[in-house]
Amino acid sequence: MMKSRSAAAPFGIWMTLFTIVPLGIVVWYAFTDKSGAFTFDNIRAIGDYAGTFLSSVAMGAIATVICLVLAYPLAFSISRASERAQQTMVMIIMLPMWMNFLLRTYAWMSLLENNGFINQLLGLIGLGPVNMINTSGAVVLGMVYNFLPFMVLPLYSVMVKIDVRVIEAAQDLGANSLQVLRRVLLPLSVPGIVTGITMVFVPAVSTFVISKLLGGGKQMMIGDFIEMFFLGNAPNYNVGAALSLVLMILILICMGIMNLVDKDDEDGGGLMV
Amino acid sequence: MKKLSKIYNALIFIFLYAPILVLIVFSFNDSKSRVVWQGFTTRWYGELFQDKVIMESLLTTLEVAVLSALFATIIGTLAAVGIYSMNRKLRKTMLAVNNIPMVNPEIVTGVSLMLVFVFVFRATGMLQMGFGTLLLSHITFNIPYVVLQVMPKLRQMDRHMYEAALDLGCSPRRAFFRVVLPEILPGVVTGALMAFTLSLDDFVISLFTSGSTAQTLSVTIYAMTKKRVSPKINALSTLLFGAVLLLLIIVNLRQMRDMKKQKKHG
Repeated sequence: MMKSRSAAAPFGIWMTLFTIVPLGIVVWYAFTDKSGAFTFDNIRAIGDYAGTFLSSVAMGAIATVICLVLAYPLAFSISRASERAQQTMVMIIMLPMWMNFLLRTYAWMSLLENNGFINQLLGLIGLGPVNMINTSGAVVLGMVYNFLPFMVLPLYSVMVKIDVRVIEAAQDLGANSLQVLRRVLLPLSVPGIVTGITMVFVPAVSTFVISKLLGGGKQMMIGDFIEMFFLGNAPNYNVGAALSLVLMILILICMGIMNLVDKDDEDGGGLMV
Repeated sequence: MKKLSKIYNALIFIFLYAPILVLIVFSFNDSKSRVVWQGFTTRWYGELFQDKVIMESLLTTLEVAVLSALFATIIGTLAAVGIYSMNRKLRKTMLAVNNIPMVNPEIVTGVSLMLVFVFVFRATGMLQMGFGTLLLSHITFNIPYVVLQVMPKLRQMDRHMYEAALDLGCSPRRAFFRVVLPEILPGVVTGALMAFTLSLDDFVISLFTSGSTAQTLSVTIYAMTKKRVSPKINALSTLLFGAVLLLLIIVNLRQMRDMKKQKKHG
């Protein structure tokens, strides 16, 4: 099929118009003022948001680590179950994603509020209401909740390929559970870990809905500011574009570091849902 | 140990389903409150179908999902075929471009598309935010997933089959439809389904590119969360959730039946 290269022409044109040009325009807006003149003011203005960037990255990183810790044993036990059980459990994990994520996050408000269900339950056993909603903890919980499947699925798809005999061999040779985990399982599941981390970290750092609903506007993340500058009452596309640009570069750097860890994995490993 | 891991899995599943349970239960609540139970009712299910805003957003969501999946599948499949026959260097460049929308945070993709539409509208008066821009955006973020689903199928295919078809007198177009397409069809179908699902599910990019005339369900729900989400929306998502659950159970049961049959015969 040597002459079929031209079949990619519509793709080439489309991606140029709607992916490359748009990114160019983001850069252009980031370096111009309202009249279109070149300026560094927008980039300078980003200094005011350094703290927000830092806390966004921190919350995203914490949520990612919690997801990894929660997902790892789960993915492993799924990968060792019978084929039928595997299918069912993967379905159970994916099914919630079919319900609108805004609504699922909104439902967490009912659970976490001061007169919400969790506090009602706590009240029954005589414990005072715990203030959970509108804290950074609630935001991290929302991230873990929404993105946990993105960690479980790539981990599972890598672990299911690990031959049980490799684990048995390690045990026969005298390794205890911790050694099996550290010396056998972890190294073999690196591609899944890397995919999972990217798939959780990127949406977590850049979210604005979760922070808005569960953080009650007190835990502004970088995404909240970007949304505000583009869709708020006093739009400022230029500063918004500058913030987007920095967010993008920040995430590229984080992913570059991740890829260094996983140099020899060419296909990206795991499954990208 | 086995027991411990079962309890652990169960706890995670409870965590995943707790808010969904809340949603479903409160779609039957005889009050607009989302914390206080006032008694059982099915009235939200009736009122749901009378609600113009919700029904219109549902329709927009479905239209965009079907159309964007269709266009993305055509462009993406052709792209995969084209990219496959390129030399290594060009192929790498193309796949790198293909990766951009997948790696970029959704909010950045949304913002960048919004800026293009605003820019073009200011310059030419065309592309006002609405159904058109929404569709263009959805096609854009769907294409890469189709390409990635079709590429491996092309790699698995025997290159000589296509050449043989040409040798036997097929035109390239006919050879594509009669020989190549049937081979890569599973990838094309998976890609199309994925595109459809991603489009249905999308919120962030839709928010930035839909304007005020064509709102998807997620965008409508987002507007509601700023005040109070109507229990009608809970009713709608309960129905949708039920439909998906039913579909998955049917598919699963059929698969199991097929597996059993295979075991009997094989």
